[in-house]
Amino acid sequence: MRAGAALLACCWAATAFAGEVRAPRAFLSPELQALQDDPARHPGWLWVEQGEALWRAAPPDPGKQTCAGCHGDITGMSGVAARYPSVASDGALLNLELRIERCRTEQQGASAFGDESEALLSLTAAIAARSRGQPVNVRIDGPAAARLAEGRRLYSLRQGQLNLSCQQCHEENVGKRLRGDIISHGVGTGYPAYRLEWNGLGSLHRRLRACSLGVRAVQAPFASPDYLALELFLADKARGLAVEAPGIRR
Amino acid sequence: MTACWHAPLVAACLLALAPAGASEVVPLQVSGDAIGQPLHGLSGDAARGALVVRNRETGNCLICHAIPDRTERFQGEIGPPLAGVGLRLTEGQIRLRLVDPTQVNPGAIMPAYHRVSGLTNVDARHAGRPVLGAQEIEDVVAYLASLKE
Ligand code: HEC
Ligand code: HEC
Ligand code: HEC
Repeated sequence: MRAGAALLACCWAATAFAGEVRAPRAFLSPELQALQDDPARHPGWLWVEQGEALWRAAPPDPGKQTCAGCHGDITGMSGVAARYPSVASDGALLNLELRIERCRTEQQGASAFGDESEALLSLTAAIAARSRGQPVNVRIDGPAAARLAEGRRLYSLRQGQLNLSCQQCHEENVGKRLRGDIISHGVGTGYPAYRLEWNGLGSLHRRLRACSLGVRAVQAPFASPDYLALELFLADKARGLAVEAPGIRR
Repeated sequence: MTACWHAPLVAACLLALAPAGASEVVPLQVSGDAIGQPLHGLSGDAARGALVVRNRETGNCLICHAIPDRTERFQGEIGPPLAGVGLRLTEGQIRLRLVDPTQVNPGAIMPAYHRVSGLTNVDARHAGRPVLGAQEIEDVVAYLASLKE
């Protein structure tokens, strides 16, 4: 009897949330919303400025071009972040960080900046900021379809010693308080984000590693196939929401 | 995933849950919706249980629940408030809900605190171990049973 009633409650809640995904900004305190909206006070803008400098900086090999040398002014990157992650011509699913690393290694002949390095975070923030306010619109057809399906599977998989799926928190308990946080729909539109707890800028995969750790599950490495598939699933879930990066989070 | 989440009968779950080689976990003895006997026959201490419930590293119950203590900041609201739980549930019912809430509600969000089977991708530091040991479970049962208002 009890189980039946609880199941009904669960399914009612699930349908009540289905389809409606609110922007992460809506879950921030008024103070953080104001900070996120104001580049003059937003600490993440230090990384944006650094990224814009790197965009124009000469690569280690003087025979190679700067990012700007091939792509022109960074304003030309408007709308790019809203299309990522995206499948490259060779079939690999790339998020913005991996796309930048490809140009760094293949076009500039340099060694990769490195996962979560300040340089990579800065360039990612600078490029993503050019899509601020634009609606997320990732491709999920063709070769992306299988990765999306994998992301969906991982999203509803109960994991870790605490045996919780992403969905149980970010769909079934949205708006409720978990410790000091209000649970949001858990989308990636604000990343890379400046997190007060990190005292710096961090990538979406760093945030996902925190969620994995929270349920005492194995933390996948940065840019792992699992987190990339989840990132694509989250971007599809966020379809139509505005890019907020760089976000501000507690 | 354990097939037992979808099994209609608790008895079917018992087989699936009998942990192979999980020495730290006491085998389940469920009757109705309760575990009537203390795990290993241990007796619980309510004061210690109150600490386990508050401990942010082990029990961490307060990420999801509120307890009747206004000095605790940042209490959760995913699960029902625990005030008065000692009136609503017997010790045996509380014990089962801590050991493995999926026995009561297959879709339970609350983690199973004394179960190691049927879990996926557990961090190596925690693999093969229950979240709480038998003594801690009994201490928490004693604490919750004392929450009568
Ligand atoms: C030698 C020329 C060259 C240089 C230098 C270069 N890129 Fe690229 N970049 C390209 C090409 C070509 C593509 C498109 C590749 C494709 O579509 O397969 C590209 C694609 C991109 C994209 C994806 C654009 C989109 O619309 O999907 C980003 C972002 C990017 N580059 C960033 C950078 C950054 C950051 C740097 C400097 C670290 C850089 N690039 C340096 C040639 C270059
Ligand atoms: C125990 C509950 C819980 C689980 C399970 C969980 N998260 Fe989270 N997650 C949180 C909390 C709390 C936050 C911080 C508040 C917020 O933004 O929702 C968060 C934040 C996030 C964010 C950042 C949102 C933002 O705008 O800053 C993303 C993205 C996210 N989670 C994705 C996931 C994914 C993917 C999974 C599964 C691998 C997952 N979470 C599992 C509780 C959870
Ligand atoms: C991830 C969230 C979460 C955590 C952590 C959690 N619970 Fe729960 N708890 C719940 C939910 C949700 C319920 C309601 C049943 C269900 O769906 O699981 C519940 C139900 C209960 C009940 C039954 C209450 C009633 O009135 O029927 C008790 C007792 C309980 N929890 C105690 C605890 C204790 C003690 C801890 C820590 C050792 C704990 N819970 C940790 C979410 C949680």
